Amino acid sequence: MVNERNSFEKRLKAARDRQGLDRPEPSRNALPSTWGFGLRAGVEVVSALIVGVGLGLILDRWLGTWPWLFLLMFCLGAAAGVLNVYRLFTPRSGARRD
Amino acid sequence: MAVEGNAIDALSQFELGTVGGAIGASVGFTQSNLHMVIAGALIVLLMVIGMRPRAIVPGRLQSVAESAYGFIDDMVVSQVGPEGRRFFPFVFTLFMFILFGNMLGLFPYAFTYTSHISMTFTLAAIVIVLVTLVALSIHGMHFFSYFFPEGAPLWLAPIIIPVEIVSYLSRPISLSIRLFANMVAGHVMLKVFATFIVMLAGLGTIGPFLSIMPLAINVVLVGFEVLVAFLQAYVFAILTCIYLHDAVHLH
Repeated sequence: MVNERNSFEKRLKAARDRQGLDRPEPSRNALPSTWGFGLRAGVEVVSALIVGVGLGLILDRWLGTWPWLFLLMFCLGAAAGVLNVYRLFTPRSGARRD
Repeated sequence: MAVEGNAIDALSQFELGTVGGAIGASVGFTQSNLHMVIAGALIVLLMVIGMRPRAIVPGRLQSVAESAYGFIDDMVVSQVGPEGRRFFPFVFTLFMFILFGNMLGLFPYAFTYTSHISMTFTLAAIVIVLVTLVALSIHGMHFFSYFFPEGAPLWLAPIIIPVEIVSYLSRPISLSIRLFANMVAGHVMLKVFATFIVMLAGLGTIGPFLSIMPLAINVVLVGFEVLVAFLQAYVFAILTCIYLHDAVHLH
């Protein structure tokens, strides 16, 4: 039974190969179009900046230290944005293992 | 609706209004909610009716249901690992809800609920809260080492830790902005070119011929939007899986 199924899979595979149905998929991690990639990087930077600026404004309002925490958190947000883009470019498994 | 005076009004399609008469108005039941209910009902119908025959050789509905199931199952297992299977219901629900929202929005007179940032941010917030809770329950206090990569020099901690925290907090924002911006941009473009069709058609004898151009563009755009609708649901689901992977495995 198992053998039969195996041989069926094998024959199906051979038949599909003959018909050219199993094209090797383009690898998933390949870079998408430049536009798409630029937009993704932009979203990453903008969202990190939003978090940084938002946190800075809230903390400033709470502690009454305007504008110092805002400036600090803005820089942190920019750094986090760069970090996000860096993570976007580095393959995940490699980046996690260092 | 699209042409008022001679201005292009591309944003009114995102305005919320209540449906369901007086009852709907009194509870604030908007067309966005209505489409969420429709999407939920369609998903349940697809899975229940599609899987009812349980045929070995599936029919159309069953193969749609099965391929959706298999697609997300593959994604969860390959991204999170075999122990990530318990998150399958969550990711599957999320994916189907966003996919149906994006696709439903392409029908005439339909409303795209994924085009509101409050909606997408709620979804992203659920994801990030869940991910954080999962990481906390699995790793306990060890979770906080996530914000400081091992092997980095200690004197860099005051810089690295805040940056990592901001980067972590920016995940739900980027997740929600990506989906919302893609849907809004697509629908605005569709509306703008649809307005061009009407405007050009009113240009005397040559108008109807000129208006074929924006019509052709719109035909292409609708196809493109179907791709974007699927792609954005996929991106949302796979990023959820990646975050879950980080939560389960930590680094």
